[in-house]
Amino acid sequence: MTTAPQFDLEGVDGQRHSLDDYADADVLVLIQSCNHCPYVQAWEDRMSAIQRDYGDRGVRLVAVNSNDADAYPEDSFEEMRSRAERRGFAFDYLYDPSQGIARALDAERTPEVFLFDRDRRLRYHGAIDDSRNEQAVTQHYLRAALDAVLSGSEPPVAETMPVGCTVKWRR
Amino acid sequence: MEPQRRAPKVEFLYWEGCPSHPEALELLQEVLAARGIDARVELREVTSQGEAEALRFPGSPTIRVDGHDIDPAGADARPALNCRIYHLPDGTVSPVPTREQLEEAL
Repeated sequence: MTTAPQFDLEGVDGQRHSLDDYADADVLVLIQSCNHCPYVQAWEDRMSAIQRDYGDRGVRLVAVNSNDADAYPEDSFEEMRSRAERRGFAFDYLYDPSQGIARALDAERTPEVFLFDRDRRLRYHGAIDDSRNEQAVTQHYLRAALDAVLSGSEPPVAETMPVGCTVKWRR
Repeated sequence: MEPQRRAPKVEFLYWEGCPSHPEALELLQEVLAARGIDARVELREVTSQGEAEALRFPGSPTIRVDGHDIDPAGADARPALNCRIYHLPDGTVSPVPTREQLEEAL
């Protein structure tokens, strides 16, 4: 997968969101995400911070939950809405019940970052940074990639290993 | 002479799909060593939802000392093959328990 996949998904804001709806964004960051995973929970404030810090520079960060909500009820759409409201997510949070986006992205973990440039080419894939413990972070992979792509250069690191829970596939 | 304390039974249940168990096991072994507790850690891999239910496994890793979960607040969560959430004193969450939680349980 080298380009952004098409999608048209319902968000926790009650609106449909398609790839084309983000056409104005200079950078689109898709993050495979969910509710129940402690790794996601450890990183979600940083996801909001990144959206706030980069929003006026043309960056849109979009989290997508594709987990099987029958097996993991904490990841249901209702629970997504509840968590987004409770935690004040600054980013769009979309529900992918068919798991089509997760398959198209070939995602394995939550959270897992896919950064697409203006032409929606994949420029960075992997972890948000190098530690689930914010105080221990030494490498801000996603922020560094955003700074690079927004300034027209190559991300210093284009690929890292995402650390988190597995995507919960339907059986 | 101080009577020798019986070594506790320490169970470490984990699911391979969650990456937190090596860190948690290392921390557990560090705490055991630091406290001079000569306990054998019984490792048990949980591989199916049925096994998770039978073992009342609320997520990986789950650590029990003499049958008692080190984080009783999380022990009754729905049994499932997932990463366990540990709530930290500062209000954040972690996929591994804190050293203090382990020390208290031991």
